[in-house]
Amino acid sequence: MKLQKATFFALFAVLELAADPTRQLAAAEIADKYGISLHHLAKVLRDLGRAGIVDAARGVGGGYRFAGNPKRLTLMDVIELFEPIASEGLGGDEPPPATDVGRALRLVLNEIDEHALATFRSITISTMLKIVAQRPWAAALGERKPRRRTQRV
Amino acid sequence: MPRRFATCRRKVPRQARRKREAVKTAVMGDTTADLRIRPALAPDLPAIIALDEEVTGLAKPGYWRDMFERFGNRRRDQGFVLVAERQDRVEGFVIGETRAWEFGSPPCGWIFAIQVRPKSRLKGVGTQLFNAICDCFRKTGVVSVRTMLARDNNTILSFFRSQGMMAGPFIELETTLEGGFSP
Repeated sequence: MKLQKATFFALFAVLELAADPTRQLAAAEIADKYGISLHHLAKVLRDLGRAGIVDAARGVGGGYRFAGNPKRLTLMDVIELFEPIASEGLGGDEPPPATDVGRALRLVLNEIDEHALATFRSITISTMLKIVAQRPWAAALGERKPRRRTQRV
Repeated sequence: MPRRFATCRRKVPRQARRKREAVKTAVMGDTTADLRIRPALAPDLPAIIALDEEVTGLAKPGYWRDMFERFGNRRRDQGFVLVAERQDRVEGFVIGETRAWEFGSPPCGWIFAIQVRPKSRLKGVGTQLFNAICDCFRKTGVVSVRTMLARDNNTILSFFRSQGMMAGPFIELETTLEGGFSP
């Protein structure tokens, strides 16, 4: 499954800022950390600002701050700002041929889409931050895993 | 106290601490401090049935009686029906069982149902119920917990994900009995 570049940049920015909502970060700091284009990221941050997910402070010492509710905002909320996957599906740019084979293939692809969409809808920014903090991939890399922190629900 | 602790740990005056607690309570509502998780008893059944009806809009008294009988009474060593109670009121419940070799799976804890009163959500009740049933599962010797729920049940799906659950190694499949390939 492939997400567009802008979507990834938005997710990087949101997760970076949501990790500490009191912290203000310049676009350049985020771009540097993730090795991405500052110009492209600035456009993405403007879109996130318009959606009320981040707050922008102008001027010297300005930057961006997370303004959403991490327990309510889902990956899907962010993704949908940049690509219409909920309405078009993940393979939406490839219309199936109007044949029985094309329709059968679409049926199978839709099944995959439904699972992917449910996954994006159910993972909040808060849950993502927990995954980042727990580093479940660490064991596979032979690293020590930090202690599990639970969240109030 | 070693100096490194003295520098990073700020002493908060008692008055400020009380104020902070008051603000926390005002924001979060009642905290889980006065919440008690315990095994469900037969007199809890009407509250469980009513809570499920409040959440789902469907009354299923027979189903819950059967669940209680199977997991709360008959299989007490492997089955668990727990309630979260605050001031004699059931705020939520969870039902689960340790099952072995079902679908070829090694022994594992299964959560069949979890419900929290809508007004008590986001206050840690669900988390306490989840942690309590996980403790019950651990005592039976299992190391993993599993559940299954509707793909569009976003509230509960998000809750389980917030507890660290992710897609497992099984896939649920179904069809109609009138001839396969139901989309």
